[in-house]
Amino acid sequence: MIKIDENGFYGDFGGAYIPEMLYPNIEELRENYEQIMASEAFKEEFDRLLKDYVGRPTPLFFAERLSKEYGAKIYLKREDLCHTGAHKINNTIGQIILAKKLNKKRIIAETGAGQHGVATATVCALMGMECTVYMGAIDMERQKPNVERMRILGATVVPANSGSKTLKDATNEAMRQWINNPVDTHYIIGSVVGPHPYPEMVARFQSVISAEIKTQLLEKEGKDSPDIVVACVGGGSNAAGAFFHYYNDEKVRLIAVEAAGLGVSSGKSAATTQLGKPGILHGSKTLLMQTEDGQVVEPHSISAGLDYPGIGPVHAHLFASGRGEFLAVEDEDAMKAGIELSRLEGIIPAIESAHALSALNQLKFKASDIIVINLSGRGDKDLETYIKWGNY
Amino acid sequence: MNRIDELFKNKDGNILSIYFTAGFPKLDDTIRIMEAIEEAGADIIEIGIPYSDPVADGPTIQDSNNVALNNGMTLKLLFTQLEGLRSKLNIPVVLMGYLNPIVQYGMEAFCKKCQEVGVDGVIIPDLPMQQYTDAYKELFDTYNLRNTFLISPQTSEERIREIDSKTDGFIYMVSSASITGAKKEVSPEQIAYFERVRDMGLKNPRLIGFGISDKASFTTASTYSHGAIIGSAFINVVREAKSLKEEIKTYIKGVIS
Ligand SMILES: Cc1ncc(COP(=O)(O)O)c(C=O)c1O
Repeated sequence: MIKIDENGFYGDFGGAYIPEMLYPNIEELRENYEQIMASEAFKEEFDRLLKDYVGRPTPLFFAERLSKEYGAKIYLKREDLCHTGAHKINNTIGQIILAKKLNKKRIIAETGAGQHGVATATVCALMGMECTVYMGAIDMERQKPNVERMRILGATVVPANSGSKTLKDATNEAMRQWINNPVDTHYIIGSVVGPHPYPEMVARFQSVISAEIKTQLLEKEGKDSPDIVVACVGGGSNAAGAFFHYYNDEKVRLIAVEAAGLGVSSGKSAATTQLGKPGILHGSKTLLMQTEDGQVVEPHSISAGLDYPGIGPVHAHLFASGRGEFLAVEDEDAMKAGIELSRLEGIIPAIESAHALSALNQLKFKASDIIVINLSGRGDKDLETYIKWGNY
Repeated sequence: MNRIDELFKNKDGNILSIYFTAGFPKLDDTIRIMEAIEEAGADIIEIGIPYSDPVADGPTIQDSNNVALNNGMTLKLLFTQLEGLRSKLNIPVVLMGYLNPIVQYGMEAFCKKCQEVGVDGVIIPDLPMQQYTDAYKELFDTYNLRNTFLISPQTSEERIREIDSKTDGFIYMVSSASITGAKKEVSPEQIAYFERVRDMGLKNPRLIGFGISDKASFTTASTYSHGAIIGSAFINVVREAKSLKEEIKTYIKGVIS
């Protein structure tokens, strides 16, 4: 793992840039999360729910036909097989247990594509807690089935009508509602973003991904580290989880794949490390797509889960320090990679995860290399996008 | 002498601070609005630097930020509009803005420019106290700028005392656990909080903001503090105004009369 300093910084990035009204909430969390997460009671409940409810460990699948196609040994970490269809639930399980231990009565969350919203609504139903999910009005229109999934699960979905009416605005709205309800409410952030301690806490909940990869790879290959780990990055939670136990193992190449949208220089992109500069959004200092005047720029990606103008501070640090390699994949190439995996392995991936798959076309590697691709989610939620795209 | 210091030296209550968003409703309304506020008899002007993601603000100020940005307002342009300010106005001026646009402008360049045009203080809601004291306090002192921190009903006594020791100018008391926005009445819980802070014997004067909208709420707030800040309610006046100057004056006079 990567160490944060006492103020929650990964190198130059991170921290807690929050209005004073949020200070007590963040302070309560910061003072308690480590102790709660280290307690036997927490670990027992977390491990049990991950196993019996989420369905962990998720398989590490040797993708034989894909391996042949690309000339390397490719494994897929099957987060798509998690309950609700993506890695997001690893984090919501962790945070809902934490919220209960903090005696919170209500949960709020933001969501973009709806995956994190569904994962939050799911654990709230499981625990019998009231749940409100903020979602950009435009995203609600784009992701109707997920809106209804949340409602079926008993959550209230509230449109965020400010700004660009997408994920960043939903996050703003959730933060505002947390300011308005500081005592009885816990905010479940959906990625390794937000003020300290969220990025570090979410990374730890997701770290189960690389913990399992190590055990599974040892079984299959006789060694616990691959040559390359690949993951897509929106905010960066699935990547943080897949990289977590390999940060300090310098032999393992860590490949983070961002969404290039219609092309990095097209003006319609979400490739934050290429287009962003250091800035402050949603409580942390990170790389941020912004105008010269410091206004946050609206990103674009065909995949709603990667459509975010920043990245988690841990990834900004990976980028700045050179420890991570950052690639960008365009909409069209991601769609092709999604179809390719469907045809070669019988797995329809989420379009976010398809970005990670498409990195195989850009990466240089040896035939003997072992590559683990984190398949963060399944494509059910994206059927409409696949259908609209149509080239299959 | 800093105009904020001077104000609090000469006036110990019923201080009215008016917030508006630069570039709203029209790009070049800034000076016109400021003149009207001073002429009407308010004591401090808070100019909001518009931002795409104002996390501590309710719908009214979110909307004024949006309109201002669409009109083309930037921090650079605001400073240009404020050039020559001090040949026209004497009222203390505070810039209120989120951290990112200021950091992109450059904190030192920002402080320097504030002093040049005659800005007296700054409120940056998402600048943490620690960060301020570690990285920026010296700059603020060099350029004779007052920095104002916020406190809320949830802020612990210990932290209020720490904030008091690191603030010079005034403390911004957020009236309830909420984002900005005009509200109806002041509740008994709020009164208890106002009294609690009043009785702490802080070195800095306190202004109460968020949800103050008219004579009644201004008077109540002023009973427990040195005065109050009106934002959203003023934005609503400005948005609807047919004759900007006249209606601003009528509104402010109605609050302080
Ligand atoms: C399947 C899937 N993968 C990836 C992401 C991106 O999030 P993160 O970068 O936090 O893993 C999302 C977000 O909705 C998702 O649904």
